[in-house]
Amino acid sequence: MPALTRWFLRSALISFILALLLGLVIAARAPLNLEFPASAFSPVFFHLFMVGWVAQLIFGVVFWMFPKYSREQPRGSEALGWATFWLLNLGLALRLVGEPAQVLAPSRLWGWLLAASALLQWLAGMIFVINTWGRVKER
Amino acid sequence: MPRLSVWYIRAALVYLLLGFTFGGLLLFHKGVPLHPTLWRLLPAHIEFVFFGWTVQLILGMAFWILPRFAKPPVRGNEPLAWAAFIAINAGILLLAAASFLPGSGWLILAGRAAETMGVIAFALHAWPRVRAS
Ligand code: HEM
Repeated sequence: MPALTRWFLRSALISFILALLLGLVIAARAPLNLEFPASAFSPVFFHLFMVGWVAQLIFGVVFWMFPKYSREQPRGSEALGWATFWLLNLGLALRLVGEPAQVLAPSRLWGWLLAASALLQWLAGMIFVINTWGRVKER
Repeated sequence: MPRLSVWYIRAALVYLLLGFTFGGLLLFHKGVPLHPTLWRLLPAHIEFVFFGWTVQLILGMAFWILPRFAKPPVRGNEPLAWAAFIAINAGILLLAAASFLPGSGWLILAGRAAETMGVIAFALHAWPRVRAS
């Protein structure tokens, strides 16, 4: 398994655990009478699960196993692959902090953090598509 | 990778592009307001990233790697899997259109019905291929 795939899969597993831990806290609020603003955190829970875990697992496996792009570049551009990894994870990390913060105590700082998070994740998605498109082919 | 998988997975990538773009606009807007009507993108965002991207990627992979048969057609009932592709994409497009049109209850019903028929068609295709190679 290539190094980039290992990073994707490990980061996916960490996101999975983080998502479930956050889910636990959200679930514990009612029975334990916690003062926890669950609705500020539920989008983060959702996206840690679906972007951090599911999409990232897919990204890693696709990079590893899809048909070769060319003899010289069997996995397309490694650099674009790494760019996807860092943009996605940085973007997700900013969302993890910025989204609850912006809901609970809106400020320009948190707002722009969220905007940056949006741009980073969007770029990650676009770059993944560009780098993968040519590997989706017959044979 | 067989031709139908190419279709499923390319469609998945196109929906990843659209779904991340809508999601990115929403998240940006949540931090730095752009335009109040942007929130109308939310149902389309959810439809694109779930059915459009995640589900179609999985179906494309399944059509590709599930065990094949010794005699042709080696991938079993291919027309069913093609029908599933068409129905699912019609459903996604109907649901996306519905999220921008007011009073579109029937459109939503039609979209969900198309997706459901597509999923049933795919299940019927895949069922006999799920076996000990
Ligand atoms: C596989 C990818 C994704 C999936 C399955 C997904 C799914 C969802 C779902 C189910 C919701 C509704 C959650 C709720 O109402 O609480 C949602 C909301 C949202 N998504 Fe995504 N999403 C994905 C990727 C993204 C990305 C990449 C972004 C941004 C760059 C994004 C931004 C948003 C925003 C801003 C909301 C609204 C949050 C709110 O209610 O305040 N999503 N998404």
